[in-house]
Amino acid sequence: MRNVVYALLPVCAFSVWLFGVSALALIVTAAAASVLTEHLFSKLANRPSSVKDFSVVITGLLLALTLPPGFPLWMTAVGGFIAVALGKMLFGGLGFNIFNPALVGRAFLQAAFPVAITSYTPAMARDRFSEFIPTTLALPFMQPAALTEWIARVRVDAFSGATPLMQQKFDHVTTEILPLFLGKVSGSAGETSALLILLCGAYLIARNFMDWRIPAAMLLSAFLAGGAFHLASPAQYPNPFFVLFSGGLMLGALFMATDMVASPVTPLGVWIYGALMGLVTVIIRFLGGLPEGVMYAILLGNAVSPMIDNLTQPRVFGTRKKAEAKS
Amino acid sequence: MHHAHGLVEPSPSESMESFLNGLWKQNPVFVQVLGMCPTLAITNSVRNALAMGLATLFVLVCSNALVALVRKLVPRQVRIATYILIIATFVTIVDYMIKAISVPVYKALGAFIALIVVNCIILGRAEAFASKNPVGKSILDGLGMGIGFFFALLCLGGVREILGAGAFLGYPLFGPNYQPWVLFLLPPGGFFTLAAWLLVFTSWQARKKRRQAPAEVQS
Repeated sequence: MRNVVYALLPVCAFSVWLFGVSALALIVTAAAASVLTEHLFSKLANRPSSVKDFSVVITGLLLALTLPPGFPLWMTAVGGFIAVALGKMLFGGLGFNIFNPALVGRAFLQAAFPVAITSYTPAMARDRFSEFIPTTLALPFMQPAALTEWIARVRVDAFSGATPLMQQKFDHVTTEILPLFLGKVSGSAGETSALLILLCGAYLIARNFMDWRIPAAMLLSAFLAGGAFHLASPAQYPNPFFVLFSGGLMLGALFMATDMVASPVTPLGVWIYGALMGLVTVIIRFLGGLPEGVMYAILLGNAVSPMIDNLTQPRVFGTRKKAEAKS
Repeated sequence: MHHAHGLVEPSPSESMESFLNGLWKQNPVFVQVLGMCPTLAITNSVRNALAMGLATLFVLVCSNALVALVRKLVPRQVRIATYILIIATFVTIVDYMIKAISVPVYKALGAFIALIVVNCIILGRAEAFASKNPVGKSILDGLGMGIGFFFALLCLGGVREILGAGAFLGYPLFGPNYQPWVLFLLPPGGFFTLAAWLLVFTSWQARKKRRQAPAEVQS
């Protein structure tokens, strides 16, 4: 799994460049909390530590990349612990998680700290390499400070505290496609650059570490569903390219939906699984109350993936003839 | 109670055991995993947990006593209906009592007061214990189970209110800057907390068994 970590490093580096030291602290904290939790639980279960597989590092990195850059570090540590403890170790550890652990951690954080997880900060803020975002250093168990003053001081443009998806949903302002594709926009730490995530995913696909069908199916179905909505009511719904490049869809489709343990294995099942997640993402984004739906879409996809596997079992070679011969 | 030694009345040690069973070894929530509906639904604050625990304790003791009293008069075929009637009577009493004592608690508990009627702990004790045992022992059993349930609700309510609101019984513990974990006041928080407590209890018991096992091998 070490190669997935390598593939995620450019995304992390871009995140640090875009959001500064806070993003670095966020990534390090999430990874450290996840690794420590896995080590601890392996010891508790009297099993050899599964940290060396590096998949827990991926969980930590992915968790950090889906959080707002100024997310308080103590909450990040809680998230890392929950992700690995609840999402992975309690199900039996490495290779037994029924959900993507990073998303379990994020879903927990979303439900526990709904305000902190929707407090976004501007990209390319002034002094981002010399100064933490104030919320990052909130004391454990204490509320993070309000961000309005700090944002007014450091922003380089008229940042209203909203990601492109929030602007689309609540203010009906659609961000242009090119900056969205390149990633110099506000958002969760590692989700902004669709281009970079695509390149990193392409590296994994080229080296055959990842099933290309899952992201292909998910992106395609999100594109088609988004396009259908757009055609039905262009004024209300953004164009399908916005759907594709905004929010966590790229990161989710390439790095989270492809979790080897929590996704189906049959060739047809993989397509159904991806298509389902893309469709659910668009439905949550357009018809639900939340601006982003990738996380719940993937968790839902994980939940039904054993059923998809059951429904799409290929015929065992030679069985039909035998049945015919019998009758 | 000293004159109670006899063939019909149980010995004090046996009564004591039926009392302690409910508290710990057969705790209705942590060991038998019964009465999950109120356990999950109304433990979002210590106050609600207290009220529900006391109400259930009262109903359990009274219904156990009355069921034990009439156990020889009730035909087998209509026993469940009789139990329900007896339990419902006491639940109605509790319902009016809570309404008289505190309207906010009454509103917070809502339908769950009426639902004590179908609480499987109460019906379970009536069927499994009170219908086969004398009054004194049944009362003790009801007390043990009731206090065990009360204790379990308090465990859940305590964790949920402390984490979810930073308070205990409404008194803030950590000052105004505490970050509440909203999740713990919501239904999933109830499941998480119950699961965590069950984990603690089962691991305790597993450890105890492991410790006892080598001793048994030696003997």
